[in-house]
Amino acid sequence: MTRKGRRLVLISVGLGVLALAAGLILTALNDTIVFFRTPTEVAAKTFAPGSRLRMGGLVESGSVEKHGATTQFIVTDGNAQVKVAYTGLLPDLFREGQGVVTEGILQSDGTVKADSVLAKHDERYMPREVADALKKSGHWKEGEEGGPMPPPAKPAAPVKPSAALPTVSPAPVTAAAERSPAQ
Amino acid sequence: MIAELGHYALVLALALSLVQMVVPFWGARKDDPVLMGVAAPVSLMMLAFVTFSFGALMTVYVTSDFSVLNVVENSHSRMPLIYKFTSTWGNHEGSMLLWVFVLALFGGLVALFGGNLPDRLKANALAVQGAIAVAFLTFILFTSNPFTRIISPPAEGRSLNPILQDPGLAIHPPLLYLGYVGLSIAFAFAMAALIEGRIDAAWARWVRPWTLAAWVFLTLGIAMGSYWAYYELGWGGWWFWDPVENASLMPWLAATALLHSAVVMEKRDALKIWTVLLAILAFSLSLIGTFLVRSGVLTSVHAFATDPARGVFILGILTFFIGGSLLLFALRAGDLRQGGIFAPVSREGALVMNNLFLTAATAAVFVGTLYPLALEMISDAKITVGPPFFNITFGGLMLPLVFAIPFGPLMAWKRGDLLGVAQRLTVAAAVAVVAIVVTAAATGGGPVLAAVMVGLGVFIIAGALTDIAERAGIGRVSARVAFARLKGVPRSAFGTAVAHLGVGVCLIGIVCETTWSQEHIASMKVGDSFTIGSHDLTFLRIENRTGANFTARTAVFGLSTDGEPEGNIEASRRNFEARQMGTTESGIRTFGFSQLYLSMGEETPDGHISVRATWKPLVTLIWLGAVVMSLGGCLSLADRRLRVGAPRPAKAKPRQDKRPAPQPAPAE
Repeated sequence: MTRKGRRLVLISVGLGVLALAAGLILTALNDTIVFFRTPTEVAAKTFAPGSRLRMGGLVESGSVEKHGATTQFIVTDGNAQVKVAYTGLLPDLFREGQGVVTEGILQSDGTVKADSVLAKHDERYMPREVADALKKSGHWKEGEEGGPMPPPAKPAAPVKPSAALPTVSPAPVTAAAERSPAQ
Repeated sequence: MIAELGHYALVLALALSLVQMVVPFWGARKDDPVLMGVAAPVSLMMLAFVTFSFGALMTVYVTSDFSVLNVVENSHSRMPLIYKFTSTWGNHEGSMLLWVFVLALFGGLVALFGGNLPDRLKANALAVQGAIAVAFLTFILFTSNPFTRIISPPAEGRSLNPILQDPGLAIHPPLLYLGYVGLSIAFAFAMAALIEGRIDAAWARWVRPWTLAAWVFLTLGIAMGSYWAYYELGWGGWWFWDPVENASLMPWLAATALLHSAVVMEKRDALKIWTVLLAILAFSLSLIGTFLVRSGVLTSVHAFATDPARGVFILGILTFFIGGSLLLFALRAGDLRQGGIFAPVSREGALVMNNLFLTAATAAVFVGTLYPLALEMISDAKITVGPPFFNITFGGLMLPLVFAIPFGPLMAWKRGDLLGVAQRLTVAAAVAVVAIVVTAAATGGGPVLAAVMVGLGVFIIAGALTDIAERAGIGRVSARVAFARLKGVPRSAFGTAVAHLGVGVCLIGIVCETTWSQEHIASMKVGDSFTIGSHDLTFLRIENRTGANFTARTAVFGLSTDGEPEGNIEASRRNFEARQMGTTESGIRTFGFSQLYLSMGEETPDGHISVRATWKPLVTLIWLGAVVMSLGGCLSLADRRLRVGAPRPAKAKPRQDKRPAPQPAPAE
């Protein structure tokens, strides 16, 4: 094989792998990403039952019910309530009145069957997505119970804390509070 | 006082790193041996000052000096000593100091053991190291000073995040940083080569041991982090595709590719430009990882608002080093002469394949990690890119790669014989087929794909053994001759085989854990029992326990198989008063390579507790595989040729060739 031919083979193999990678990435992005929704959006029934979503808000006080290993609770952003059912162990910092992020499948009755429930993993922070949802619904008040905490001097992010809460990394609340969706 | 001394030492280290950046570089330009000679002593002095500073921070932590802000925020007088010790880097400022300490350590090692490097290469490489140190020391001193005092010290600190109060914190970050930052050496050598405008096979021989050492640490660090998350978080997951994990996986993938391409460069003088680019990319990904984790960008792109200085500063460092190195690469890469032609089917070709797939996989992880951040910045849509994305893309790209592993080492250099290699792998393939059949039979014909994947893992292991057997001529010559030959096989060849074997082991663990795990979630009261993975668990009692700085509720379960008692397994929930937060301590019992994993949920007033038990077949193979991989790396590092190699003198362009390359240059 000539030098040119060799180079041609190399380049075409390289392009082939590149095309494979691009194809995989694009298909996967189409099929697997999960959108974050607020309880208001979910309650408005704009999404087809059976779709997968991620929803953040506060656990409504007094709404937590236990049926064996299954827990039912209501997630609210102040405007709307969505019932969530979850089978499994709840995170250590799951409390009524506190922020929570759930991910699961929307059922035909408008409830969410969650397969993961995430709470903040450090008492200083609230999940950013929850803060954003509250902000959106206009129910964000400084100093509210379960709301903004005193701003931490710094994100005490150790080397790998957010493994505790995949994708719901704790945001300093001030950061979220200072941001508005319009910007 | 000690805090001020630590701070002062850090300032002096900054001054020294400025000298280390400028003087040797200038010396190399002017070809002045005296100026170039400054590099080594200055980097050792800087190492001494950074070490002192790090020691000072450790001292204020261990003595619980609550007049230092950092200690107040991350320590508590009642914490066990080991956690006071590890709190030093369990926070932003301290971990940045650890980062710089490791950087200085590697610089010092190059200064100490690089005695036989060509003067200019060494001077330039240390100058680049100095530049990185300048950037990060400035960052620490101006935005993240760990020694800040507070005017009215509180009596008690706020304690370390309980999740981090674990021996894992003592091991995982230092290992990870040794890997992350160790890649800076490969980067510095690449930059030095580009500054000089010449590069040869000897360069690869110098760079490879450093990269290999960093890779070994990175492998262990990632595996350790994975196991830590597995036992500490109470979910039993060992990899979450969390952005922070991806931030460490990307440099690992790039470093793995670099190791393989450096082999081609060292042996065949080919792929030079590509190898240099990979060295730049590997460290750039380390920097990006540092940026993602340290700047707060992961928590939110808007977290800059809390402390704009910090995020913007790291972004500046990032832009300067990545942009600058790529620019230099673009300007100088054309000057690097290519050598060594090879046929597409050859050892070189196989290593190119390895590089293509590894870089494509890195790109996939990169896209998945950064796409949500980018999307949120340009639109307002919030999305998560979760495990399904990575399983499809990363899995899809790694499959052909791991399948090719056994073929690569058996291929001849320059021109390989695919058919011949395939013939030599028949035994391995036969073993793999048997493994598939046995697995399918043992699991009652479960998912066929999983059985095939187990077979693939066995194929890789058998292929690695075949490589060694082929080299020794086992089966072709008498046993005694084969044994004698086996002793003669270079350690680097053993290293390759062992590392590849580790990949196979890891793959089997991953497949078995994800496919055949059994889970049982229940609400239980004392006396209840259930069966999982042939083990019977009975809830015996629940009791209160106290630790140094926490109280715990511990559920004790009796374990038995077919009536044979097997002792107890305990899961508990701890409550840490200082932070008013709890952690879940899972109970783990290991049976062979499999584990029974038990975690306890909340208690109800009527005495029920929720319990989640998981039977994880062969799960420990995942981490054992990683350990075996790094063992392979160590074996390869121990190879005599790498340590006291005598690379042939570099052929240089006349223009730059003022001083000939020195004689025997050890790999260090």
